Amino acid sequence: MGILEVKDVGIRFGGLQALSNVNLSVAENTVHAIIGPNGAGKSTLLNCFVGKLIPDTGSVMFDGQSVLGRAPYEINQMGISRVFQTPEIFGDLTVLENMMIPCFAKRDGAFELNALPNMMKQKDIVERAEQVLEEMNMADKRHEHAAAMSRGDKRRLEIGMCLSQEPRLLLLDEPTAGMARADTNNTIDLLKEIRDRGNITIAIIEHDMHVVFSLAERITVLAQGTPLVEDTPENIKGHPKVREAYLGESA
Amino acid sequence: MDGFLLQILNGLDKGSAYALIALGLTLIFGTLGVVNFAHGALFMIGAFCAVTLQRFLSLSYTVEDPTQKDFLGNPLKVETPYVESWFGPEVGSTIIDWSVPLAILLAIPVMVFLGLVMERGLIKHFYKRPHADQILVTFGLAIVLQEIIKYYFGANPIQTPAPDALSGVANVGAIVGMELLYPVWRIVYFCFAVLIIFGVFAFLQFTTFGMVVRAGMADRETVGLLGINIDRRFAIMFGVAAAVAGLAGVMYGPINPPNYHMGMDFLVLSFVVVVVGGMGSLPGAVLAGFMLGILESFASTTWATTTIPGINQIIIYLVAIIVLLARPRGLMGRKGVMED
Amino acid sequence: MFGLDKKDTTLLLVVATLTILAPFLLNPFPTASGMAQFNAGYPDLMQRFVIFGIFAIGFNILFGLTGYLSFGHAAFLGVGSYAAVWMFKLFTYNVIPAIIMAVIIAGIFSLLIGFISLRRSGIYFSILTLAFAQMSFALAYSVLSNPKFNLTNGETGLQVYADDPQRFHHDGLPDLPHLFGLSMRSTYTMDVGAWSFDFNAGYYLCAAIMLGVFYLAVRIFRSPFGMMLRAVKSNQTRLNYTGLNTRPYTLAAFVISGMYAGLAGGLLAAMDPLAGAERMQWTASGEVVLMTILGGAGTLIGPILGAGFIKYFENIFSKINDNVLHQWFSFMPDGIENFMVFIVHPFVGKGWHLTLGILFMLVVIFLPGGLVDGGQRIGKWLRSRRGQKEDKTSGTTTPAE
Repeated sequence: MGILEVKDVGIRFGGLQALSNVNLSVAENTVHAIIGPNGAGKSTLLNCFVGKLIPDTGSVMFDGQSVLGRAPYEINQMGISRVFQTPEIFGDLTVLENMMIPCFAKRDGAFELNALPNMMKQKDIVERAEQVLEEMNMADKRHEHAAAMSRGDKRRLEIGMCLSQEPRLLLLDEPTAGMARADTNNTIDLLKEIRDRGNITIAIIEHDMHVVFSLAERITVLAQGTPLVEDTPENIKGHPKVREAYLGESA
Repeated sequence: MDGFLLQILNGLDKGSAYALIALGLTLIFGTLGVVNFAHGALFMIGAFCAVTLQRFLSLSYTVEDPTQKDFLGNPLKVETPYVESWFGPEVGSTIIDWSVPLAILLAIPVMVFLGLVMERGLIKHFYKRPHADQILVTFGLAIVLQEIIKYYFGANPIQTPAPDALSGVANVGAIVGMELLYPVWRIVYFCFAVLIIFGVFAFLQFTTFGMVVRAGMADRETVGLLGINIDRRFAIMFGVAAAVAGLAGVMYGPINPPNYHMGMDFLVLSFVVVVVGGMGSLPGAVLAGFMLGILESFASTTWATTTIPGINQIIIYLVAIIVLLARPRGLMGRKGVMED
Repeated sequence: MFGLDKKDTTLLLVVATLTILAPFLLNPFPTASGMAQFNAGYPDLMQRFVIFGIFAIGFNILFGLTGYLSFGHAAFLGVGSYAAVWMFKLFTYNVIPAIIMAVIIAGIFSLLIGFISLRRSGIYFSILTLAFAQMSFALAYSVLSNPKFNLTNGETGLQVYADDPQRFHHDGLPDLPHLFGLSMRSTYTMDVGAWSFDFNAGYYLCAAIMLGVFYLAVRIFRSPFGMMLRAVKSNQTRLNYTGLNTRPYTLAAFVISGMYAGLAGGLLAAMDPLAGAERMQWTASGEVVLMTILGGAGTLIGPILGAGFIKYFENIFSKINDNVLHQWFSFMPDGIENFMVFIVHPFVGKGWHLTLGILFMLVVIFLPGGLVDGGQRIGKWLRSRRGQKEDKTSGTTTPAE
């Protein structure tokens, strides 16, 4: 029994069957990659996990509980954090403030009218945020405006924000899309480090095979809205069906 | 039964005005993504085009007529409008009489020009600014336009009568064999509005220009990538939208004498119309415009106002709240419009 | 001090000093001099400075922090005024229960309106609040004023009549709003040479309350709640996916700012026991928006500056008529004098709204950060210029390596 169990998920947009019969099981404390050509339905599937989309059929269970019909914030409170394709951070806030917000969400839940105390005097939160910044090697940037940072740093910050909540499942949506090679390698190293620290499950959607094969322990190949194969990276590499899906029917 | 029909008819003229203003608002919003708080002011300026033309045509010179005396025994002063002396008294007085419909000819170029100036001179610089800034700057512009009109024309409503031939009452029930009296001008206004609405839709549907604009409304980037100068076309659409609002204003004068704050009064309700119809939907704007106009007219009956005093003043807001609670995107709104 | 850091404490003390000394500071010109028309130190105007300051401080908590642009906040101000006048009519002229009631009723009212309006964001939200405010105006102006049920007294405005119950009113108390017997209109006038300064009880009550709610606003700005509101403005998606529910945060901000507006409305009624529907019109809502952005939305001191600026110039501009203009330009040759009067005339007196509209546009176009931002920019520019000069001088004494 995996931490994330996807059963018979199907979704239709007008005339397009975006997903059908998706079955997937992500085992706890592994890195599971979902790959596939453009338009295979990877992002649609991810959106079904986080409350942005509700599939027409099937179920998505996280740790034995259904996530369907819950709002994104509720799903996050269950222990799923998401990293976006283009980094979503609080651009108008400082790096430290960015890091404090998920810490508050972890401590106080979805809403807490904490309107009178000074936020900088919330010692536990500030310490925790500083600690994660330290781990991310971003402590020197703590008073910078988040919007002014490089794309690689924004990505690093976003991942750090997710990690500060100690999620049980970390979802990554093409974390290296649009990055320069150096930034991509840095991100891979960061993710490896997180993986090796243990006690976290990572599901990653990726286009870049280099990223996938350096990180994943299991790989699911998605094509035209259905899983094609699921196997270890070694077996996926030479799989004829995968080649077919990527290169087209005739190959 | 006649009462019922009469209320529907009564709602049509206000509904027409709402529909025309909401149509223009939606055009601007759909093309440029800007909510124009100055749109009501354009409606008002249209109405004052009629006032201006009427005053201009009535410009007179005075001659003393020695053959006649007034009651003090002085020579009688006769004011003759210039148009009467140029075209003869007959034609001249007809021209003055028809000044409101004639003002359409003045309003079209004035409004298109004003629209283009507004877009190129001001709103263009606000596409990349936050929505709040767009709202604020057009709001400021609305105040400025309104105060300028107030400065030159005063705060009181100004009578702009319909031509004699169109100012009577007609029995519109005759077609169905009933007695149903209704002011002719309101029928004219409704037909005029329908004509403009059809004109706008036909323009968007059947001309190449309209097709490009519609494509741009759906996906601006792609159309831009095709090498089409979508910005210029959208600017022209701003002019068209301004003209639609202006024409709605010109012809509204005989129904309600124009005053400087009529624009804002209509704007708030037109916004409600746009929201109820569904933001970004042209048919939605027209449909909701007529619907709410008719609804308002039903709420104005003696029966309704004695049951719930003042219901006619708030009915539109109440309906809007209910519609928004039941269908947050409005009657014909599409997903994804203005939801960021 | 007071749980604030040094910078905020200084700001608070500066504001406190300025409000306490306002009767002196705002009357710099001798009473008999020609410049006396620019004095602003009379009770009525000073009260308006602080009351509209409260209104703008509250509006800024919503707009400045969350970026939600409400066009309906005047409705809450109006509701506050009506609630306060009803307290006068039914119970007592004492202002404390009236002000408390104004805040409570405005809070309930803003909870209702906010609950519905906040289902949408962006432009939709602005339009919804505008529609609600216009509906409230229509309700107050005519609907809730009919022989069967007269809550607002329509066009005339709600006021206290001699045959009102006033349960707890008794002889010996002033027949005007008072604070435990101290009439809000009681004023002590101090004459110093050619100058004259007014110390008004109503003004000092408003000023004390403003300082209190300003302090509260500073606390909110620096709290975790304030940071969440700034996060709402910055990136709602990230906030949702970080496990935070944005709706209650925005609703709380909306209600708090609605209560500030209600407080301002209650104080207006406490200074002059009258409530009219025109206080709720969209122009009034637009005015508080302008005050906030003119001063600097999202800054602490901005809204107070903006409110003072607008109310001061409203007062000055409205008083100027053609005679005054002719006096001003009398040093010019006649033709030019008349021409100047002709040019300036549309913007003064009754034309104040035209000036306001133009000011509105100019601020949005050229100074979106408001006066505070403008001041900071000038400060930075001056510093950089001074820096350059120093560079130059140092450059001449020690040659570059």
